[in-house]
Amino acid sequence: MTSEAGGTQARFTEAQAYEAYRRMVRIRKFDETGSRLFKQGRIPGAYHASIGHEAAIVGACMALRNDDGMTGTHRSHGHPIGKGADLKGLMAELMGKATGVCKGRGGSMHLADSSVGIIGESAIVGGGIPLATGAAMSALVRETSQVALCFFGDGAVNEGTFHESLNMAALWKLPAIYVCENNGYAVTTSIGASHGQPQISLRALGYGMPGVAVDGQDVTSVYAVVAAAVERAREGGGPTLVEARTYRFDEHSTGLVTGGPPYRSKEEVADWKANRDPVALYRQRLLDEGRPEDRLAAIEAEAAEAVAEAVRFAEESPLPDPADLYDAMFANPIAYPSRRLGQNA
Amino acid sequence: MADAAQTAAPQKQTTYLQAIVDAQTEEMDRDPTVIMMGEDLTVFGDGSLVQRFGPKRIWNTPISELGFTGLAVGAAMTGLRPIVNLSIGSFLFLASDQIINQAAKIRYMTGGQMKAPVVFRAALYYDRAIAAQHSDRPYSMFMNVPGLKIVCAAGAADMKGLLKSAIRDDDPVLVFEDARLWPSKEVVTTDPEFLVPLGKAAVVRPGADVTVVAIAGAMKPTLEAAELLAAEGVSLEVIDPRTLKPLDLETIFTSLAKTGRLVLVENAHRVCSATSEIAAAAAIEAFDLLRKPIVQLAAPDVHVPFSPALEKLLYPTRDTIADAVRRVL
Repeated sequence: MTSEAGGTQARFTEAQAYEAYRRMVRIRKFDETGSRLFKQGRIPGAYHASIGHEAAIVGACMALRNDDGMTGTHRSHGHPIGKGADLKGLMAELMGKATGVCKGRGGSMHLADSSVGIIGESAIVGGGIPLATGAAMSALVRETSQVALCFFGDGAVNEGTFHESLNMAALWKLPAIYVCENNGYAVTTSIGASHGQPQISLRALGYGMPGVAVDGQDVTSVYAVVAAAVERAREGGGPTLVEARTYRFDEHSTGLVTGGPPYRSKEEVADWKANRDPVALYRQRLLDEGRPEDRLAAIEAEAAEAVAEAVRFAEESPLPDPADLYDAMFANPIAYPSRRLGQNA
Repeated sequence: MADAAQTAAPQKQTTYLQAIVDAQTEEMDRDPTVIMMGEDLTVFGDGSLVQRFGPKRIWNTPISELGFTGLAVGAAMTGLRPIVNLSIGSFLFLASDQIINQAAKIRYMTGGQMKAPVVFRAALYYDRAIAAQHSDRPYSMFMNVPGLKIVCAAGAADMKGLLKSAIRDDDPVLVFEDARLWPSKEVVTTDPEFLVPLGKAAVVRPGADVTVVAIAGAMKPTLEAAELLAAEGVSLEVIDPRTLKPLDLETIFTSLAKTGRLVLVENAHRVCSATSEIAAAAAIEAFDLLRKPIVQLAAPDVHVPFSPALEKLLYPTRDTIADAVRRVL
């Protein structure tokens, strides 16, 4: 049950191959620019870049329809971009602007764009796993053909939500796809220091669902595995656990300084960047398969311009109006007492 | 106390528990997106609903409070209106991460893109010698969470109308039922459109001398005290907040303007309780209306003991309430 998910291997069409590259490049350039803006103090809060995860994200997202549900994590800049979101509202959200996709209420760790099917990006580790499972249950009850895909990290599989959700998903054959972006470290704690049994895909056996480990730096492999899982889920075959083995190129959060002995070596990081960069690997593959370089260069230029435009849009956008502080608290606005009490204090 | 008398539909004597079941049944009949989730649903109180609605709408869950609560939130975000029966209030602590970090926050964190129309039901299951881990009355803890609405009413008709409103509401609502009240009967309408609005208190017994706010199971001894004191010529105005969040302070302050005296009664622990919040609001916003200090009766800051001889010391009684009222006359 822990090998390939069976069936014919799904492959990108020619258009999808370019689209996958486009989305990967957009994630990379968005987060390279965002990290720089963060260091310059132009983005407040904390910044968790998706750099290094692009193939795992885009390979999975390319297997979904626009109306399929999706949840992400604190490291979720890549997820909406991978699902096709516009960059302007995302960058404005990172800057806390009124035009942000969450109107400046969510920020970096909650960068959810429902227009592409994202139902939430949970910064509580493992918090999105039951939500995606519930979205899958909802699809079953409403008798749609939707599936729900849940991204989470290697740390989240040690949360109770993972255990409880995967059990119920298998029990009820829910159309859920659990994609673990295993980057080897939960903040600074390695798999070896936190997992009694280090192969995450094997956990699926305990729940009675297929578990598949895949090279998370290879977008076509991730796509093939997730597409097979999506097909199974749509046909009533139930959930799949996919372990995409990837690597976080930057610190856990941008600018984070960890005291004490390093939790990963400089050589390890350098080796991944030099030899396992998912964007570079896919670019080379597209070239090797005979696609013209100028086409790829055009995609890269277009992504750079889209990011630049998003930054311009975000910086020119207004900050949220203090009078709107309570907006989006409730469906039906309520003059609840704390509002008056707060003013009296 | 209920608005049932205003409707023309047949009325019947209904227990507090049956009123809750009736509310769910009516709403599930009305709206196919309403589903129920919880442990042992097919056996206990709601068992008859399985035959009626089938397994896609009645989900008998594993013992996974955190998990199935989160599933319900995810389902609510994607087109359903789940009612999560967490059975006993103490189990809310297991589920609280998904209630607080997801259900309560998702609308705000997404700038209004998402909503979570989900009802969490939990019983206040105290005063029955089952000790500390099953006897919590935790509603006040959730009052500290922005984004939640909280219902906790004393009357059967109110519970029915409020639960129906909660199911139709587009925000997450915690509905606490006092298990001491399950068998208590009241005339309740069968009108399927009978609703009690969230956020509106009820004057259960009009009076002139002292305002007494009583929550859930504290209502019965409060009304008994009102009878006792009436014989002494003291008139209590008794208020059931019915919804603890949003809290209807207007009704309480309107009464306070008349009486100038405020006694607060509940069976939950005193520290940072619902009555503490009412006392604070009265002191901050309506100090000029008070002619006497506020009196608060609640359980002391001690665990619920097993022995009935000890547990009974925790909760206000007719006599302790009457004594409290006499102190502010």
